[in-house]
Amino acid sequence: MSNGEVLIQGGRVLDATGERAADVRVVDGAIAEVGPALAPTTGATVLDAEGCVTTPGLVDIQVHFREPGREDSETIETGSRAAALGGCTAVVCMPNTDPPIDDAAVVQSVLDRARAVGLCDVRPAGCITKGRLGEELAPLGELYDLGVRVFTDDGDCVADALVMRHAFEYAAMLPGALLAQHAEDPALVRGGHMHEGAWSARLGIPGRPAVAESTIVARDLQLAKRTGGRYHVLHLSCAASAALVRAAKADGVRVTAECTPQHLVLTDEACAHFDPAFKMNPPLREQADVDALRTALVDGTIDAIATDHAPHTHESKDVPFEDAPPGMLGVETALAVVLTTLVEPGILTLAQAIGALSWRPARVVGLDAVGHGGPIAAGSPANLCVIDPAQTWSVDGARLASKSRNTPWDGWKLTGKVRHTIYRGLPTVRDNEPTR
Amino acid sequence: MMQHLLSVDDLGGRAGIESMLDLTDSFLEVMQRDIPKVPALRGKTVVSLFYEDSTRTRLSFETAAKRLSADTMTFSVSNSSVNKGESLLDTVQTIDAMGVDAIVVRHAAAGAPHRVASWSSARVINAGDGCHEHPTQALLDAFTLRRHRGPSLDGCRIAIVGDVRHSRVARSNVKAFHALGCELTLVGPPTLMPERLDGWPVAVTSDLDHVLPDVDVVYLLRIQRERLGQALFPTLREYAARWGLSAERAARCKPDTLVMHPGPMNRGIEISGEVADSTRSLVTEQVGNGVAVRMAVLWALLGSGGPIV
Repeated sequence: MSNGEVLIQGGRVLDATGERAADVRVVDGAIAEVGPALAPTTGATVLDAEGCVTTPGLVDIQVHFREPGREDSETIETGSRAAALGGCTAVVCMPNTDPPIDDAAVVQSVLDRARAVGLCDVRPAGCITKGRLGEELAPLGELYDLGVRVFTDDGDCVADALVMRHAFEYAAMLPGALLAQHAEDPALVRGGHMHEGAWSARLGIPGRPAVAESTIVARDLQLAKRTGGRYHVLHLSCAASAALVRAAKADGVRVTAECTPQHLVLTDEACAHFDPAFKMNPPLREQADVDALRTALVDGTIDAIATDHAPHTHESKDVPFEDAPPGMLGVETALAVVLTTLVEPGILTLAQAIGALSWRPARVVGLDAVGHGGPIAAGSPANLCVIDPAQTWSVDGARLASKSRNTPWDGWKLTGKVRHTIYRGLPTVRDNEPTR
Repeated sequence: MMQHLLSVDDLGGRAGIESMLDLTDSFLEVMQRDIPKVPALRGKTVVSLFYEDSTRTRLSFETAAKRLSADTMTFSVSNSSVNKGESLLDTVQTIDAMGVDAIVVRHAAAGAPHRVASWSSARVINAGDGCHEHPTQALLDAFTLRRHRGPSLDGCRIAIVGDVRHSRVARSNVKAFHALGCELTLVGPPTLMPERLDGWPVAVTSDLDHVLPDVDVVYLLRIQRERLGQALFPTLREYAARWGLSAERAARCKPDTLVMHPGPMNRGIEISGEVADSTRSLVTEQVGNGVAVRMAVLWALLGSGGPIV
């Protein structure tokens, strides 16, 4: 039996303060010692980290765990296990469940279930509006009192400018709360199924134009400036939105933004064979947008990489493209995709990549205050991820821990894998395998 | 060797399209016999799987299959288990289990026939998928035009007029006519043109009167009345006034300019009755040639490769 000590031995340590060769001793859930050549005490659990990098646990601030309501596609348990395998120690789950997370009782049930599962911190986001209908405010204060900091109607855009303005004004009294927008004007995307561009015109698939996103982002930034509210752009996908956020940050607007690995790597051309695995909202865009997102990530305009992990049953996805629900898995593959497509070619440094996957998103949603995103230093809660940057593997949708298999990366050969994940001092993943 | 006909791209460029048109010539000859039927596909089964209303295309395929002595089955949505919530996948697997040789699919979603092809061991023919393609329409149009302007269509100037954005006929015809050397101009209000034209070998204008004196063919697309509520153009009256081919407009065309339309026509909107019934009009001939073209396609996909007999 373990004596409560976990020793991560033989690797390097990387956090927001820098990188150095060091072992990490964890005792009773907290980091006890960080330094070279630490020796295990008798009964300690020793995790080999030779050739690996120990980082703060990853923090995915946009996942859909589908519970309550669609447990056939994902549960808090299967989603948490997938997150742990992806190196996460904390996630923010979106409130478009059934019933939606617009009520204190639903928040409590998600928190209780997540605690019982115990594989990572699962922080529910709350709805901005009741029933996600975009009309009346959800009880933001009641949800806030249960710990909710992110409010969003994700899946749907809060289209009514007055409702959004009032939400900004009301949320301003709740310190640390932010409004996260799924920025797609519903009128401009009505009936659309993929990015409106050369490929949609060729394929005859009705489009969802980038301008549907950037007009909402522009409007919301004006409202955020006017009200002083905090604003977060979920899955920012196009060049125009990135430019707006960049300018707003320079102007002092309290704005943050995230983008997904798929929007950083794939384009609308992926839809050319009508495969619903590549359908999501906002849609995969064009190379110019991919390039702009990468630039925005490097220059800090985009704060975080979040996956929008969106499981769907095989039955619901194995239909014609236009009939399929939007969404892709992501939480289990995000790190490896980023390492393979952005770090290995030199677009991002490893520190930039881990920053965007860990400490920066932790700060966006306030999870840094409860021990996520580092630093890796004595006294900090032990939420850690040990990455083997050289391990190669192939993605097989059917073998992912998620209950669904709608990954856009099926068949991809990736370099870099999570070897161990330590959540609250205990391994949830050890040598690539979930511990339970 | 073509496995499926999902898109004009599957025909293999100019050479592939031309050989399909040559094959159609043979079947047009069959259709003119006293008994217009050959045993070429005896023992083969062709299923029509139609998720959208269609009279002419379905009848055309079924007539083509019967004239090749194939057995035919029709699976239409109104009287099938689809109304009981059966998925497209289950429907296709059910049909597949009966051992059919070809499935002719029409569906409101672009790419649906591609999905059917991935699920079935049968050959799949796209009879129209959403706003994507309608390859046999393009073949019958090219065949019809070749009989009047052929054997080569190189340099033939064609104006495609109307709702190109939402038209599967236009997407297939642009590919086929371009492959055969035609020069194409899309004409209509900007709201009915494709949002992006990267890679489209076409010119675009909203001024029909400007292009009419120069073109050899005016190809009119059907205006779908369900588009009226979408603020794409103001009224049918304004549409007809600007883009309808009236007798007066037709008179400004060259004497030998031809008029085509995939049907069904909205007389008085995109085409006047007088023009539709004039000697310029190939509309009825298009329908007749449709059967021969579909015989050729079925035979190319299912035939032995031997003589037609």
